[in-house]
Amino acid sequence: MDKNRCGWRRWIGGALILMASMMAGAANDPGAGKLPVAAAGGKAASTADHSKFKELQGPFKTGPEVTKACLACHNEAGHQVMKSVHWTWETISPTTGKKLGKQHAANNFCGSILSNEPRCTSCHAGYGWTDKNYDFTNQDNVDCLACHDTTATYKKIATDAGHPLYEPREMPKGSGKVVQPPDLTKIAQAVGKPGRQNCGACHFNGGGGDAVKHGDLDTSLIKPPKHVDVHMSPDGANLSCADCHTFNAHQPSGSRYAATAKDTKGLDMKHEDHNRATCESCHDLRPHKNERLNNHANRLACQTCHIPEFARGGVATKTLWDWSTGGKRGPDGKPLFIKDDHGHLIYSAEKGDFKYGENVRPTYKWYNGVVHQVAITDKIDDSKILELNRVEGSASDPNARIWPFKVMVGKQPYDPVNKTLVVNHVYGKDDTAFWGNFDYEKSIKAGMDYAGLPYSGKFDFIETRMNWFITHMVAPKEDALKCNDCHTRSEDGRLAAITDIYMPGRDRNGWVDLLGGLAIIGAIGAGSVHGIARILTRRKGH
Amino acid sequence: MSANRIYIYKRYERFWHWSQALLIIIMMITGFEIHGSYTFLGFKKAVDLHTIAAWTLLVIWAFTIFWQFTTGEWRQYIPSMKNVSAMILYYTVGIFKEMPHPFRKTTVQKHNPLQRLAYLALLAFISPLIWGSGLLYLFYGNWAQLGIDKTFSLEGVALVHTAGAFMITAFFFIHVYLTTTGHTIFAHIKAMITGWEEVEDDHAPAAADHGKRAPGKA
Repeated sequence: MDKNRCGWRRWIGGALILMASMMAGAANDPGAGKLPVAAAGGKAASTADHSKFKELQGPFKTGPEVTKACLACHNEAGHQVMKSVHWTWETISPTTGKKLGKQHAANNFCGSILSNEPRCTSCHAGYGWTDKNYDFTNQDNVDCLACHDTTATYKKIATDAGHPLYEPREMPKGSGKVVQPPDLTKIAQAVGKPGRQNCGACHFNGGGGDAVKHGDLDTSLIKPPKHVDVHMSPDGANLSCADCHTFNAHQPSGSRYAATAKDTKGLDMKHEDHNRATCESCHDLRPHKNERLNNHANRLACQTCHIPEFARGGVATKTLWDWSTGGKRGPDGKPLFIKDDHGHLIYSAEKGDFKYGENVRPTYKWYNGVVHQVAITDKIDDSKILELNRVEGSASDPNARIWPFKVMVGKQPYDPVNKTLVVNHVYGKDDTAFWGNFDYEKSIKAGMDYAGLPYSGKFDFIETRMNWFITHMVAPKEDALKCNDCHTRSEDGRLAAITDIYMPGRDRNGWVDLLGGLAIIGAIGAGSVHGIARILTRRKGH
Repeated sequence: MSANRIYIYKRYERFWHWSQALLIIIMMITGFEIHGSYTFLGFKKAVDLHTIAAWTLLVIWAFTIFWQFTTGEWRQYIPSMKNVSAMILYYTVGIFKEMPHPFRKTTVQKHNPLQRLAYLALLAFISPLIWGSGLLYLFYGNWAQLGIDKTFSLEGVALVHTAGAFMITAFFFIHVYLTTTGHTIFAHIKAMITGWEEVEDDHAPAAADHGKRAPGKA
């Protein structure tokens, strides 16, 4: 008997040990959660001291003078840059074949470059793009310093077609504040690899100001705390932009119109295929210790869980831009500008109504990397809200995953007769520019005439949406979404709008629940009735 | 009331029964949370616990199947339509008139004909439904590798699993209620804890051997 008992104990003990070791084995998988290479945030020492080159002794009075000096040695660089989208602002979408890029694509922020060049091209990687007749073949107009300045003193000013200041200037006009031009000679002697300041000067300020456009890109990323961005924080991986956005012969990798929505390759730094790095490029395809989480990556982009909110760095992003209300004047007859309690401009006579958001919950959509971007010349359907860049994908598309987006709400002018968007001439010291005359009648006519596009002479405003996928500002893993954020019946569930999948914890079949519920109630009820009957009949019997 | 005692539930059987009871209760509570019926532990903890309980029960079942066949106890589950009507009559009429139970438990036959049918239904229908759908559910992430991602849909598997869960929950309540129908309310539960069932005098011969011999050899 005792021997027998021992036997059973051993059996059960053995079974438990077996199970425990199976579970422990899964948890201790070596290599899980480790990154292959710690990318260097610090700058690698250069093999050349540019301050000693005689070509760079200057003095330099203009940007193009510096460029000539650079190209004296870097004799391929100019032609390389001139092939890049940073110079052409034009690209053929690798996915749809459509001619796009800043020159052609419509957006619901500033509008079109056309007729507004000196203002918009302050972010062009070149000098002097003042009008539509710009010479894209002159390599002396390539701006080397915008990307290669390491002193953080080189600034392309907002209104000079990509040039920095060359003479002291009062800015803004009438403020009494005189801004000094940067020391181009000193800057030229200190060139180096692009850092966050360089890329950020344009990409953090897309849409006309800090944080305006993307939602996950703003000046907080220059030195973010870890909870804002684990990759760029000095306390985190301390990566700079180009560690992931790799370049090859001055060509930036990847395309906005052909994102890798689902990486199936995994580890692939450095890239051979000139594509943009994905999360998987460093973290590989199954980075979680928990296999169930790894399996989620089949249908969910990493960003969906790991970027729970965007605009987390303390800078608000614009979430709504309504051009239709532009042009109002105050009681004093002057153009009206209204700021909210946080100092955000919520109404501008130049631009209309704005709304802002911080710590914004993204909108989730299926996305397979294909974007259907509307061009300014496209025929549009004005019977409904116009989605300027519909992203493609659905549950039945094996290449699609659920991605987080900032959805920008816009209302902008269009031609209700020709059914096209319009070029609005906003910037310039003339009698038609909207930011001075506040008359859409004139500014749209001027813009369309300048662009050489057909215009009926009638304009109206159409509501638009724009999708900006969210991929920066990755939070520490403790802050990632929890299961309950999606697996919930709550209407507030993160994926409540994604209805073409069955999600445990959210979805159910009404019939199964009804019949099953009745079965349970029936079982309890039958037992209760039977039991009560037993008690009653027993009393009678005694 | 004088009674004889027969040793009816062996040690492993009792361990199996109670560990299974605990695991099924855990799986009912966590399962309906995963279903979204309520929030209790949180989705992640519920899934983790549900999964651990399922694997644990599978291991126990592996041992139990081995035990059933080596001891010959599997014969306890062979159904028979004989005396089923007597059982139904007892539960619908006799029990209220304090008539004697038509079935006498012995070590050879410890399940009454209705129990045999019920357990067979559980084993042959509800169990495969739950285990089959449950394992498919558990390995959803590997469907493509297994080449079955076109064969099944998560929704279908989840609905079958949920249906099975409702059935076993209904079974659970009836089962618990029926434990009170012994000669005292807790007689059956006591027997499942101690292994010893009290049997009335006039049937002493059936328990004469104290159930120590394997039923197969009886």
